Amino acid sequence: MSFVSKPRIIHKSLKRNALGLTVRDYEGVATTLCAGCGHDSITAAIVQAFWEMDMPAQQVAKMSGIGCSSKTTGYFLSAAHGVNSVHGRMPSVTTGANAARRDLTYIGISGDGDSMSIGLGQFAHVIRRNLDMLYMIENNGVYGLTKGQFSASADLGSQTKKGEANQQPPIDPVKASLAMGASFVARAFSGDKEQLVPLIKAGLRHKGFALLDVISPCVTFNDHATSTKSYAYTREYYHPAIHADFIPPSEEIVARYDEGETMDVQLHDGSHVILRKVDKDYDPTDRGRAFNFLMDAQDRGEVVTGLLYIDQKQGDMHQRSGTASKPLGRMEHQELCPGSEVLKDLQKAYR
Amino acid sequence: MPTVVPRLGVQGSKLKPTDTTKPEYFHRVVDCQYACPAHTDVPEYIRMISQGRYTDAYMENRKSNIFPGILGRVCDRPCEPACRRGRVEEKPVAICRLKRVASDHRDEVADRLPKAPEQKNGKRVALVGAGCASLAVCNDLMPLGYECTIFEALDIAGGLMRTNIPSFRLPAKVLDEEIGYIVDMGVDLRLNSPVKSMKALLDEGYDAVFIGSGAPKGKDLDIPGRWDSDRIHVGIQWLESVAFDHVESIGKQVLIIGVGNTAMDCCRTSLRLGAENVKVMARRPRQFFKASAWELEDAEEENVDIVVNHSPRAFVVEEGVLKGMLFDVMEYDIDENNRVTDSRVVDEIMIPCDDVVLAIGQENAFPWVERDLGIEFDKWDVPVVDEVTHESTLPGVFFGGDAAFGPKNIIWAVEHGHQAAISIHQHCHGKDVAERLPNRLNLLATKMGPYEWNFSNRFDGSERRIVPSVDLVNRFKNLDVEVELGFTAEQVAAEVERCLNCDAQTVFTDNLCIECDACIDICPVDCLAMLPDAEEPVLRDGLKAKATNIQQQLFVSGPLKHTARLMVKDEDICVHCGLCAERCPTGAWDMQKSRILIPYAADHADAKRWQAKS
Repeated sequence: MSFVSKPRIIHKSLKRNALGLTVRDYEGVATTLCAGCGHDSITAAIVQAFWEMDMPAQQVAKMSGIGCSSKTTGYFLSAAHGVNSVHGRMPSVTTGANAARRDLTYIGISGDGDSMSIGLGQFAHVIRRNLDMLYMIENNGVYGLTKGQFSASADLGSQTKKGEANQQPPIDPVKASLAMGASFVARAFSGDKEQLVPLIKAGLRHKGFALLDVISPCVTFNDHATSTKSYAYTREYYHPAIHADFIPPSEEIVARYDEGETMDVQLHDGSHVILRKVDKDYDPTDRGRAFNFLMDAQDRGEVVTGLLYIDQKQGDMHQRSGTASKPLGRMEHQELCPGSEVLKDLQKAYR
Repeated sequence: MPTVVPRLGVQGSKLKPTDTTKPEYFHRVVDCQYACPAHTDVPEYIRMISQGRYTDAYMENRKSNIFPGILGRVCDRPCEPACRRGRVEEKPVAICRLKRVASDHRDEVADRLPKAPEQKNGKRVALVGAGCASLAVCNDLMPLGYECTIFEALDIAGGLMRTNIPSFRLPAKVLDEEIGYIVDMGVDLRLNSPVKSMKALLDEGYDAVFIGSGAPKGKDLDIPGRWDSDRIHVGIQWLESVAFDHVESIGKQVLIIGVGNTAMDCCRTSLRLGAENVKVMARRPRQFFKASAWELEDAEEENVDIVVNHSPRAFVVEEGVLKGMLFDVMEYDIDENNRVTDSRVVDEIMIPCDDVVLAIGQENAFPWVERDLGIEFDKWDVPVVDEVTHESTLPGVFFGGDAAFGPKNIIWAVEHGHQAAISIHQHCHGKDVAERLPNRLNLLATKMGPYEWNFSNRFDGSERRIVPSVDLVNRFKNLDVEVELGFTAEQVAAEVERCLNCDAQTVFTDNLCIECDACIDICPVDCLAMLPDAEEPVLRDGLKAKATNIQQQLFVSGPLKHTARLMVKDEDICVHCGLCAERCPTGAWDMQKSRILIPYAADHADAKRWQAKS
């Protein structure tokens, strides 16, 4: 918690984006999280990503549940829409919002507790529907708000501050979402914005459900020497398997990439994700191999990061349901509710 | 390139980590104090003012600049252009006028002033000229037991402060009081005693001689017609005549030649002596003016007309009566570096006038110093003086103020006095004058609670306050009406909060950093970054807000524990809000109050006093 507000000083060298806004215009209220929290770095990366994308705030909906992580949505894009919902229920609320307003860009911020415990059922179903959203998990392996109990993502053998070891195997959001059929699966680390910012941009532009699990150390309850989600551990075992460069539709691909080293994935809106394979034999379009790779890395104790799996072919919720291209929330009452006669005709068809 | 954060392990780094234990580093961060020749601790006294401690603020000032009431009105304020506030906003903190607030609202200070001991140390010092430099020497030496004798040509002390600064800017009572604080320690002030011969003075057997006789010779303009009229005046002599009531009027139309601060005093004084139309004639465009911006503003507020690009060619005198001046109208070619590359005359014009005041500069002059005494003069007939010790080529003879290196200003003269006093002390005790104590720096934690600092770090967006002044009708009624009234209490309260407390330093301890990015994410001006080891230009370029001002320092830490990257900070634009330290979970960033300890003659005289200073 800070008691000094961040002064509104616009430095002369601060650049403006296509909307004439500085990165400062994408900030929210001052954080109330602990000093040094990884979540605040993720907030900074989100602010940077939206600024770089020239995104108008009113085109964005920020969704969250309960937990330290879910406070994050207050700290960026003050002018955006948003719902801070019930514990673990952010996916349902987002599904409802998206059903009504498919024209907005959805970013959901959750935590390992909110998603892997109370909200696991919701998590599975939002993946199943391939809802068009970026779903970020700020993953620190502990319940920070209730003073540091292990969460469902804590690694086996990782110890609390007091020295007790975790005896329960973890639910890994990345492997879980791969198994559940997610169309975009990525992992990053709050301490590496060069990797995190393009992943946020790619996830926002991906048509369908994009999972971005971000290791985000809890500096108060889980940053000690025997933790596997600390800054030191994550840096020591950090393994960027694959790096994604995000190139918006308006820009040409100018960087030179060595042949055979990269893969160009074109997203539905015309933007490109250039995947640079740090591990040469990795294939981010092969779900089975991705899964095996993750299992092997887990055995080696590595924290594998990058855009680990992408599938552009699955249709999102609206495509599968055949909903109107005009957002339901934008329709006139008459158009949305054509009257009891029409309903009767519809019911007849099912008799 | 793939993003590969380097693993643990430190290679040989390209840049040495910044050594912040050297006093110079944090001294430079406090830009106002560093820019002040006397290094007055500006943030410290502004905080005192904000707490209503006017007397403390006055005494804090007096330690270094010795004339807070005078300088709070007429200082050349090198601190203000340096002020950090001016880098995030248009205008700096009104440092100078806050100094005046401390002086105006203080209580009696008599019991807090230095006193001369009963028991003298037997050393006698002669000082030539009772101006600011000589007074500063006496201020430092009298408390040590020296017997100081000032020889002054005029019948009153104060030098240029008295004769050249008009009383509507600097009232006599302010001068009398602050000069009195020094003279009343027991200085042997001999008025109406011009020194006619340096040789005779040396023969009197003083242990040291200090020459603080100023630069009393106004430059003349020897063009046709100059000597044909008695209505052509040399600025500084004319101001002196006004100060002593020898001149009480001037014609209706007046031309002032030159645009320095003396010209500003001449034009405003003319208005008070009956002139109705005053023009200040400048040879070159406005960006080349020597006058301080605020002095130009004050003159223009009084409807003085400043005319650019007019080069004087001749005085027009008909039958012994000055009719006007003939000027060449100039045109200049100026390159992107603001240098004149070419000039030409495009026209000529006669401007009518009744009087002309020349304010084109002044020089020091020593007709009374014999050239066979061992005091060397250079080819411009200026004495050869050591810039640190102020000693001339004759041991025991020291120069300070405008007499030493030509016309500067009061605050420089005061600093010369401090330095010369150290030299005189060393000289009188048989020590090497070049042997001087170095500056020291103290750092004190400013943390009070987990989220509380003992300085006001909330950024106040207020604009600079404007000092209220006497209206344009009443200010001309009398030469002695002080134009500026000083800040009101409400204005003081707002203005002090504009100070950024640059002496609350960001101190970094690299082995505590866990590289969580919290400081970088919160910094309101993007002056921080963690970057891979590289040469300084690469680091300067790597900051989110590029560190382009190379006049300002770059802080570079040692390699950080996890990734061997370096913490880099651009000192240029930091606003000392303390958010980096407040968001740091490990205390790697800490806000610590710095205080530069500057040795004076008293510290050279007493090692214990110097050691105890904090």
